[in-house]
Amino acid sequence: MIDVVYFAWVRERIGLPKERLDTTSATVRELVTELRAREDRYEAAFADLSALRVAVDQELTDFDAPLAGVREVAFFPPMTGG
Amino acid sequence: MAVRVQDKDFDLGAEVAAFCRGRADMGAIVTFTGVVRDVGGGLKHMLIEHYPAMTQAAIEKIEAEAVQRWSLGDSLIIHRFGALEPGDRIMMVATAAPHRADAFQAAEFLMDYLKSRAPFWKKEVTDTGESWVSAKDEDEDALNRW
Repeated sequence: MIDVVYFAWVRERIGLPKERLDTTSATVRELVTELRAREDRYEAAFADLSALRVAVDQELTDFDAPLAGVREVAFFPPMTGG
Repeated sequence: MAVRVQDKDFDLGAEVAAFCRGRADMGAIVTFTGVVRDVGGGLKHMLIEHYPAMTQAAIEKIEAEAVQRWSLGDSLIIHRFGALEPGDRIMMVATAAPHRADAFQAAEFLMDYLKSRAPFWKKEVTDTGESWVSAKDEDEDALNRW
């Protein structure tokens, strides 16, 4: 099981902040493909990966990151701190 | 070294005074304060969302990088989240170093990285609606100078 969390407009498009998934995806990219196939709201959120960033276990990474042993994946737009 | 992520406001004067206190070995203290700006007019408030499980550690990592690059005696980073109004303080950075070049450069470095690598997202709520603030290309470009 993996926790998937969403922030900002990704959260709004998908319509929830967090969900727990039972997935066999080996990488973040595979997980995205799996999510996009579920429902239109996921397709809307993940349509343009260049507009998204991903963190795995609270560390920024890229979409090729492996999911073995991972507890939490977060998807969000580029950050706007400061 | 201290990092605080909080929804409540902070007292800028008190924070700076406490940060400056008893530093006979530091000749330069630089402080920066970020304030909510009403860019287009009609801004009611700015909602700042963050990733609680990640924010503190992400900022500490940026701070550690600054300490490695410059001769810093101390640093303080405060960043707020929640609903803020125009003119409200969003965040502050303070750096202390023996000489001003290190203090200024480290503060700028911290600001550049906080902007693009700390997990915060801003949404502007105006009279006519609401929209997420987009990251700017120049914010990402700013990281390349370091």
